[in-house]
Amino acid sequence: MASRLATNNQRIIIDQTSKLGTRLMSSWWQGIQPAAKDPILGVSEAFLADPSPDKVNVGVGAYRDDNGKPVVLECVREAERRIAGNQNMEYLPMGGSVKMVEETLKLAYGENSDFIKDKRIAAVQALSGTGACRLFADFQKRFRPESQIYIPVPTWSNHHNIWRDANVPQRVFHYYHPETKGLDFAALMDDVKNSPNGSFFLLHACAHNPTGVDPTEEQWREISYQFKVKGHFPFFDMAYQGFASGDPERDAKSIRIFLEDGHLIGCAQSYAKNMGLYGQRVGCLSVLCEDEKQAVAVKSQLQQLARPMYSNPPVHGALIVSAILSSPDLKSLWLKEVKVMADRIIGMRTSLKENLEKLGSPLSWEHVTNQIGMFCYSGMTPEQVDRLTSEYHIYMTRNGRISMAGVTTGNVGYLANAINEVTKSA
Amino acid sequence: MTVSVNVSRFEDVSMAPPDPILGVSEAFRADTNNMKLNLGVGAYRTEELQPYVLNVVKKAENLMLERGENKEYLPIEGLAAFNKVTAELLLGADNPAIHQGRVATVQGLSGTGSLRLAAALIERYFPGSEVLISSPTWGNHKNIFNDSRVPWSEYRYYDPKTVGLDFNGMISDIKEAPEGSFILLHGCAHNPTGIDPTPEQWEKIADVIQEKNHIPFFDVAYQGFASGSLDADASSVRLFVTRGMEVLVAQSYSKNLGLYSERVGAMNVVCSSSDVAARVKSQLKRIARPMYSNPPIHGARIVANVVGDPTLFNEWKEEMELMAGRIKTVRQKLFDSLSSKDTSGKDWSFILKQIGMFSFTGLNRAQSDNMTNKWHVYMTKDGRISLAGLSLAKCEYLADAIIDSYHNVS
Repeated sequence: MASRLATNNQRIIIDQTSKLGTRLMSSWWQGIQPAAKDPILGVSEAFLADPSPDKVNVGVGAYRDDNGKPVVLECVREAERRIAGNQNMEYLPMGGSVKMVEETLKLAYGENSDFIKDKRIAAVQALSGTGACRLFADFQKRFRPESQIYIPVPTWSNHHNIWRDANVPQRVFHYYHPETKGLDFAALMDDVKNSPNGSFFLLHACAHNPTGVDPTEEQWREISYQFKVKGHFPFFDMAYQGFASGDPERDAKSIRIFLEDGHLIGCAQSYAKNMGLYGQRVGCLSVLCEDEKQAVAVKSQLQQLARPMYSNPPVHGALIVSAILSSPDLKSLWLKEVKVMADRIIGMRTSLKENLEKLGSPLSWEHVTNQIGMFCYSGMTPEQVDRLTSEYHIYMTRNGRISMAGVTTGNVGYLANAINEVTKSA
Repeated sequence: MTVSVNVSRFEDVSMAPPDPILGVSEAFRADTNNMKLNLGVGAYRTEELQPYVLNVVKKAENLMLERGENKEYLPIEGLAAFNKVTAELLLGADNPAIHQGRVATVQGLSGTGSLRLAAALIERYFPGSEVLISSPTWGNHKNIFNDSRVPWSEYRYYDPKTVGLDFNGMISDIKEAPEGSFILLHGCAHNPTGIDPTPEQWEKIADVIQEKNHIPFFDVAYQGFASGSLDADASSVRLFVTRGMEVLVAQSYSKNLGLYSERVGAMNVVCSSSDVAARVKSQLKRIARPMYSNPPIHGARIVANVVGDPTLFNEWKEEMELMAGRIKTVRQKLFDSLSSKDTSGKDWSFILKQIGMFSFTGLNRAQSDNMTNKWHVYMTKDGRISLAGLSLAKCEYLADAIIDSYHNVS
C-alpha cells in the first residue's frame, strides 16, 4: 500500500465543514498527465478549430463528396425509413445481430461459401473495425498467451494501441518501400520466412492504410504459400471492401486466395466507410474454424470477452446493414453507390497527379495513381506537413498520408500548389 | 514442403458457460411451455409483457429522421450535446461542479462500457488498488474488474435474515478496507436486491468513505426507475458531490429511456479542479480509442434530443413515472397474492420495502431451479426476479411458484 500511496503523493484533506460547501483539496488524480492527442482524430479537432476560409481537411479517412460534404448513402436513408418504428430496442444477443453477421460473412467469404454453409465460422457483431480487432487481440491473448502479432510498417496507428492494450507483444514486418513508394515485397517475404513458425500476422485485405499500397494477386499467392510453409496465422483487417477497386468481390480477393489455400483465417470487417456508417460503429469479427463444434466454442469465448467490455453491441447500425444487404433493390443501390465513391477518389488521384505535373514539380507523383483506396502516402516529411498546415491550412496526418476522400475538384488545385511549394526544393 | 493448415490454432478453446443473466433469456426463448414467464433480464415490459419503446424516443427518432443528420464519427469522448445533458441530469443543471468545469464526462457503451473505462483507468493509475463491491451485486461487475485486472473484494450488503440491508456489516467492511480503496455503490435501486440505504444511512456511508480516504464509485443504471423521480434517484450521488468529494459515476440509459440495444451511457469523473478533469478526460479517451475508437451515435442523439428539449423532457418524466408506477403496482399485487396464499405466516413485506426493477426473493439456488424446472419461471440463480417482466395477470401464478419453491424445496 505504501508504494501506491507514494505514487498518490497527495491526500485528501478532510474538512468537516465541507458538508456545507466546496473546499480546497488535492486530487486523487493529481498524478494523471494529459494524454497525447490521437494523431488521426486530433487532426480533425485542429481543423475544426481553424477559422481560415481556405482550410482543407485531408486528415481522417471519412468520405466526402465533391463539395467536401459528408455523405449519407441513399440506400442507408431508405433503409432507415424502412426500419423506422418497426423495431423495439431490446438487447441484442452478446454476439450481435445474427442476420447482420450472416450477410457480412457472405461479403468476406463469398455468397455461396461452403464455410458458411458448414457453419465453420465463429462470428460476432463488433464495434466497427476497431472493436473487431480489439476482440481478436483479447482472444489471442487469452487463448494463445505466448503469441505475438506481426504488424506491417507502417500501419493504421490504432493497431499498435489495440494490441498493446490487449497486452499482446508486437513485432513488425517490412511493407512500404519509401524509395519506390510501393511494396517492399522482397523484405516482406524475408520477414515472413524468418519469423518463428506459427506467428500471427496482421494483413490489410485491400486498400492498405496509410500507404494505399496493396500486393498484386501474384504477390498475395506467394505470401499465402509461404504462410502455409511456416504455419502462420493470417488475421485480415478489411476496412475498405468496395473502396479499393469499386467492386467488393474484387477487393476480397486476398482473403479468397488464402481461403482456397486452406488457411484458417481471422477477419475484421467494418461498414464505417463502405456504407458510410462511421458513427454507428458496426462491424464483424470472424474466425474460421475446423468444424462447427469448434466454431460454437470460439464464438462463446468471443462473447465472453465482449460481455465485460460492452455487454452487447449497438443495434441501429446493424439494422441498417441487414436491411440493405437482405433487400435486393437496396443491395444493388449500395453497390452502385460504393462504385461512385471509389470512382470519385480514383478521379481525384488522377487530377492531383496531373495538377502537380502541370505545376512542374521536380518529383515523381506516379504513386498517387498507383496507390489504391482512400489514402495516398505522399512521401512528404513531417516538417513539410507542418508547413502545409501552418502556411496553407491543410490538415493531414504527419506521416504524409493524404485522405483522397477529402480532395475535391474545388480544392485539388489549391492542394497541388501547396504540396508543390513545400516539396519543390526537397 | 507443405504444412497442413487444417489444424486450428484454437483447437483447445473450450465452450464458455452461458452468461448467468443473458443466458436466462436464451433458455426462456427455447422453452415451449405456454405458462412460461421471463423474470430474468432487467428489461421493462408493459402489462401485456411486451417490450416498450417510449413515446419520447419515437418522437426523437422521427425528428432525427426528418433532419437527416449525417453519420460521421463522433469524437472519442462522444456527442458533446449528450455529454452536457447527461452530466446535468445526474448532478443537476445548476451544480457548481459542472459550472466550475470539474466534471470529466465521456460517452460510454451504456453502463457496462462506462464501468469498463473507469476500471481501465483504475488499473492504469492506481495499480494494486482494490474495488469493493457489494455482496451481492450485478453479476457482470466482477467480470469487468477481472478482465481489467483490477483486484476486488466484497463488502457485506444483503442480510438474508432480515432480507434487508446489513448496514453495520457494510460500514464495518468499508472501514476495514485499505485506505484509498474504490467503493462501488449503486446510486439507487440496487441490483439484484432492490434494497437501498436510507438518506441517513447514505450520510454515514459518505462519512466513513471520507474518513478512510476511499473513492466513491457509483453505478447509476436506474435513475428515475427507483422512485419515479429523476432528481430524487440522484440524491445519493449529489450528496457526495456536495461534500466536495471526488466521485466516479457510470450512467446508463438502457432502462430509463428504454434504449437497451443502442448502448448509451456515460462515465463521469467529478474532480477537484477543472485542470484535473481535463487530464482525466484525456486519459479516458486514450483508453477508449483502442477499444472501439468512438462511441455509437444513434442512442446519444436520442438522449440529447429528449433531455435537451423541455417539452420532450417533461413527457419523459411522465413516462418514467408510469413505468416506475407499474412496477410499484405489481409489487403490491405480488405481495398481496403471497400474503393471502401463504398460510405459513411468513412475512413477505420485504417485497414492498425493496425498490426498483428487481426483487430479491430470498430463494436459494435449488429453489430458483425449481421455479424454472417446475413452474417455467425464468430468473437468475441468486433468487432475483425482475418485476419489470411481471404483469398483474401473472402475479397469482408467480405467488404459487414462489410459495412452492420456498416451502417444498431446500
